Amino acid sequence: MSIVLTVNRRKRTVEADADKPLLWVLREDLDMPGTKFGCGAGLCGACTVILDGQAVRSCQTPISEAAGKQITTIEGVTALPVGRKVVDAWIKIDVPQCGYCQAGQIMSATALLTATPKPTADDIVGGMNGNICRCATYVRIERAIREAAGLETKA
Amino acid sequence: MSAPVTAPETAGAALTRRSFIAASLAGGAALTFEAYVALAAGPGLPDAAVLNAFIRIMPDNTVIIGAKNPEIGQGIKTMLPMLLADELDVSWEQVRIEQTDANEKAYGVQVAGGSTATPTNWLPARQAGAAARAMLVSAAAAQWGVSASTLKTSAGRVIDTAGGRSATYASLAKAAAAQPAPDLATVALKKPAEFGIIGTPKSGVDTPKIVRGEPLFGIDTRLPGLLHAAMVKCPVIGGSLASYDDSAVKSARGVVAVVPISSGQCPAGKQDAVAIVGTSWWNVQKLREKLSIKWDTAAQEGFSTELYAKQAAEAFGKAPDLSLFKAGDADAALARAAKVVTADYSYPFLAHATLEPQNCTALWHADGSLEFWAPTQNPGAGRKDVAAMMGIAPDAITIHMTRIGGGFGRRLMNDYMVLAGQLAKALPGRPVKLLFDRTDDLRNDYYRPAGWHRFTAGLDSSGALVAFKDHFVTFGKDGKALRAADMPKSEFPAPVVPDTHLTQSFLDTNLTTGWLRAPSSNALAFVYQGFMDEVAEAAGTDLASLMLRTLGAPRDLPSERPGVVFSTGRARAVIERVVSFANWTGKPSSVPGKGRGFGFYFSHRGYFAEVVDVTVADGAVRVNKVWIAGDIGSQIINPLNAEHQAQGAAIDGLAQALVWQPVVQEAGAVQTVTFSDFPLLRIDAKPGDIAISWVTNDYPPTGLGEPTLPPVIPAVANAIRAATGKRLRALPLQLA
Repeated sequence: MSIVLTVNRRKRTVEADADKPLLWVLREDLDMPGTKFGCGAGLCGACTVILDGQAVRSCQTPISEAAGKQITTIEGVTALPVGRKVVDAWIKIDVPQCGYCQAGQIMSATALLTATPKPTADDIVGGMNGNICRCATYVRIERAIREAAGLETKA
Repeated sequence: MSAPVTAPETAGAALTRRSFIAASLAGGAALTFEAYVALAAGPGLPDAAVLNAFIRIMPDNTVIIGAKNPEIGQGIKTMLPMLLADELDVSWEQVRIEQTDANEKAYGVQVAGGSTATPTNWLPARQAGAAARAMLVSAAAAQWGVSASTLKTSAGRVIDTAGGRSATYASLAKAAAAQPAPDLATVALKKPAEFGIIGTPKSGVDTPKIVRGEPLFGIDTRLPGLLHAAMVKCPVIGGSLASYDDSAVKSARGVVAVVPISSGQCPAGKQDAVAIVGTSWWNVQKLREKLSIKWDTAAQEGFSTELYAKQAAEAFGKAPDLSLFKAGDADAALARAAKVVTADYSYPFLAHATLEPQNCTALWHADGSLEFWAPTQNPGAGRKDVAAMMGIAPDAITIHMTRIGGGFGRRLMNDYMVLAGQLAKALPGRPVKLLFDRTDDLRNDYYRPAGWHRFTAGLDSSGALVAFKDHFVTFGKDGKALRAADMPKSEFPAPVVPDTHLTQSFLDTNLTTGWLRAPSSNALAFVYQGFMDEVAEAAGTDLASLMLRTLGAPRDLPSERPGVVFSTGRARAVIERVVSFANWTGKPSSVPGKGRGFGFYFSHRGYFAEVVDVTVADGAVRVNKVWIAGDIGSQIINPLNAEHQAQGAAIDGLAQALVWQPVVQEAGAVQTVTFSDFPLLRIDAKPGDIAISWVTNDYPPTGLGEPTLPPVIPAVANAIRAATGKRLRALPLQLA
């Protein structure tokens, strides 16, 4: 079927089966490989994108459910003011190790800070616990979120 | 206590006269230095000079430095060029880093494993940079008619202070190419106080691309006409394909071919997977359920987790299969000991669970050559595996190295290259990307093997450790441990206890085993330092004190690795550092449910002593803080990445201790196939704080990908003992 969706503020039309997950539409049909495949079961968060303001697992989102919606991916996240701050903090603190999960981490952090601009430690766990980092960059993920939120006092 | 090799070992990096640097002008403008370094011969090392490094100085004075090792998040792509750039005396901002292809003939060993890159490259990489600098300085000296010794360099310029002039490296390119090349072995190197890049924090070179979502990883490989493949792999490792019916798939929309292939795990000449190749991975992976396949798994169906546990218990009741190390008479010494301590420890099979599932892209060319885009930690081994399986010449294989979404040792094995190579050959001229789904990935790992240890220790009346026995039940065939199922003869405290006996018994398995970050050490640290904590308790002391007493005076003890010794003095220094740094008293906490544990381990040339502070409440363990004292030699090359590696490895160890669940096998097949079955540590279990203190000395720098990990596992187990009185002797640590 023909589906129209808005990805990073650009209207896109794709021909895809209704049950094809948004993840694979992004990677295969729209040539946007920044969103990552990790488990295909919504358990690791590597495929997180923002759909109408909410962080969702794109591997669990059939493209039919994304039709007509606003989607932001890692490739376009810096167009959001909060996303810009998150990405800048990620670079400043040099969060990544292997880097594979970081697109998903950045999308979840952006959604978290959009909803909760000054998150507590519990808020950060609540917003980020769906995203696995196998290299365990969690110390720096927490710091970068606090940095983006203007909560880091240390240089 | 030194871990077995995970990569070809280099005995230091001594230079011979066959080492040299060559300069040339590429396209008449860019000055290229290629440093060929003959590394001391060692197992697996070519006895020839290899291109250790290349440096290219561009007309705009940008400096391109080749990064030759696979990048799995260990930071090597940033760190090796730092060594060259510092001695070349350019500013880091001028440097651009280029990933080289895999080409062992040109570059020598290109492996991400065994924490070997730092000790192997520390001197040669610096010598290459220094020699290139010397040629640029000579060129300027000749041009200006002054002595080279009056000139200095900074930020990619040669400076003549007396003459009030300077020249960029780029402007000296032509003249430098004509200068005689200095001897790499004797070229002057910077003194540590003169380092400008080494020892300063540098961000990962790919960080800006990662946060933009740029295609960097193997899974992101994009090529014109790319086809996608999903496979149905035999659910039982070692089993093979009996028959299959693809009639419901072959004609389906978007399918190009159905191809039976072999991972190399089944008998030669057979296949153990059927791949569907088409225009969309999503589409072909969905079609897998329409394949009808019969497998031959009769020979493997008897293997199960339950069987291994039963066999291990039986093995403890029988004489060991072989004696690994014997000194004195342990039984006699135990008979006269004032106190005897005995305990059984065990740990399960584990998967690696890299977040990027295994994948590989391959293209078969009309001339019979094969090209790979491979996220592999060990391209040289992949080349050999592919050549052997497909009957082609190793030289006919080109390997491009992609960034890798997690290695942890899984990608030292190259089954995905072997599988993808066969698919490419079946579809000549079309690049094919094979991607495992998560179940394929967890079910077809090269698992950290399970193991069981029965320990007995004897103390004399003064509390000194005088007798020691370990009966280690592991996996092996024909009297030899399987890959990563071995234990060194020199496992501490064996070399220092007068009456010692280490023995082994072997179980059979169909599972493929392999190296998991800090292989062998991740398991042996837990069982040895866990048991030593019990011995300390029986001796009326704490583990840090018992370790210092047992280590004795500073001296070198032999290890099985060529060129590696275990220095008891260096071990003492990190233990003493963590004791003072963490205010370790060895006394119980006054707060109920709170406790601290200690662990020490030497692996991959690194000495690490760690203290873990936990609170146990309602059956849950909360890690409040980890203190790490580490010795990896004279210089922390990239302090930022060193912190990343140490934090990550410590949390990785805590995950193995507290979060990961055993890989379970029934009727030959692994049943642990999702992240629900094999949970990974999430941010909620992050330790409250991780404090790191480096002990530096005059020893050459060594690697840091692995040695932080092992001691944290016994330290957390020992902390739970201190907090609750419960002694947990099996991984994962479970209170209930």
